[in-house]
Amino acid sequence: MNATLVIEWVVKSLVIILVLTGGFAYTTLYERKVLARMQVRRGPNRAGPLGILQPVADGIKLIFKEELTPHNADKFIFTVAPVITVVPALVITAVVPWGREISLFGRTFTLYLSNVNVAVLYILSVTSISVYGITLAGWSSNNKYATLGGVRATAQMISYELALGCAYIGPILIVGSMSLVDIVEAQAGVWFIFLQPVAFLVYFLASLAEVNRAPFDMPEAEQELTAGYHTEYSGMKFALFFMAEYIKMIAVAMIGVSLFLGGYLGPGIDRFPILGPVYLFIKVAVWLFVIIWVRATLPRIRYDRLMALGWKVMFPLALLSVMITALVLLFVES
Amino acid sequence: MLTEMAIFIFLALVVVASAMAMLLSRNAVYAALFLAMNFVTVALLYLILGAPFIALVQVTVYAGSIMVLFLFVIMMLGAERLPGGEPLRGQRVLAILLGCVLLVEMGLIFALRSGLLQIQMPAVVFSEPVDLGELLFTRYQLLFLVTSVILLAATVGAILLTRGDKVSLRDLLQRKE
Repeated sequence: MNATLVIEWVVKSLVIILVLTGGFAYTTLYERKVLARMQVRRGPNRAGPLGILQPVADGIKLIFKEELTPHNADKFIFTVAPVITVVPALVITAVVPWGREISLFGRTFTLYLSNVNVAVLYILSVTSISVYGITLAGWSSNNKYATLGGVRATAQMISYELALGCAYIGPILIVGSMSLVDIVEAQAGVWFIFLQPVAFLVYFLASLAEVNRAPFDMPEAEQELTAGYHTEYSGMKFALFFMAEYIKMIAVAMIGVSLFLGGYLGPGIDRFPILGPVYLFIKVAVWLFVIIWVRATLPRIRYDRLMALGWKVMFPLALLSVMITALVLLFVES
Repeated sequence: MLTEMAIFIFLALVVVASAMAMLLSRNAVYAALFLAMNFVTVALLYLILGAPFIALVQVTVYAGSIMVLFLFVIMMLGAERLPGGEPLRGQRVLAILLGCVLLVEMGLIFALRSGLLQIQMPAVVFSEPVDLGELLFTRYQLLFLVTSVILLAATVGAILLTRGDKVSLRDLLQRKE
């Protein structure tokens, strides 16, 4: 382990974190702009040209807001919960490749932080940890709305994790590796969305539920729960929850693109490896657009319907897809 | 080598401390969180041993699913505060005594048979999920099948039990009217 390697890792980690936090700021603007256009409005357009300074203004406003802690709240957990929510969101994309190797300053760099053979399992375990933050935030607030929101979020995320996990298995079976680099490289010929349409659909829907986005945003249903698990949060603590939600959205899009849409691959990638991050960015932007589009179009579904959909439709469908994939692979091999 | 040892000692201390804290904590939510911390630290120990697959499975299954369910139930029932007194009298004294006996036994074994300390590592590579899967489906296939049947029986049992509850609840309601 030499010093340059450590520096390289530190720089790459910093880049990932900065891109994700910057991406969070501009995803909020992106969402507001797209929603506004879909509702025939203009959206934020006062701060800077075309409103591009709006996220900065929002951030400054949130920093100067007063922080409130409810009287009977569990102070320690109340403070720690936003941190527990943000950290998994920030580290989850460590295994997602951004491109192949590029040469810079006479050295070759790989455009990914790590190429581990358990990458998909890493993603699953980090997602399962991120449930804690929301659950604890709801409980520690000592507020009935918040507790109900936390309990709902827990039940929902656990239920959809199953279908999500099964959706990963299809690509893994085809490639025979759990490394995301291998999975992306195996899609040079044909994207897995065409080989695994059911798994892709299950992944898309379950990931919406996993990051609590409309139409599965039950934990924060305003009409019933005021604001769900973050009812009592204000100022920077609220900003952390907000940040975690949007970063998770980006992360889910990055992982989905790598699993089903060919990740960083695209025309001309062999000659210009630097195009890798560009393709990844474009695909993630399209994915995020679809997520926002769904939010603008569909109403929230009722909670019992949500659970029934998760357990009685998505999970069996995902299992069936896994079984068919395994059988087909077996026949093709023999 | 020295850094490895230092990391191991630090993690081992965290494991023991979190286990103790889980036992001594009077708040069920904190106890559950200490247990989750324990699971994650044990996973880090597996990682040091060169078994990333087992480490991540440990995090996903134990810390990510089972402990979340524990927390969920604690919060649903509002059972955070554990009763201060002991339900069984003299339990604590007996537990400390038995614990001491166990410690002495373990110490005696290690003192008398020092050869036990040089544990042979099995000649299997745990780092590759493929190797692990092959082992699971060939050498340990019977055990694997038995475990899955037991788990299936438990699932079916849980569903049957809750179904029975529903029927009896309806009976109760009818009796009230």
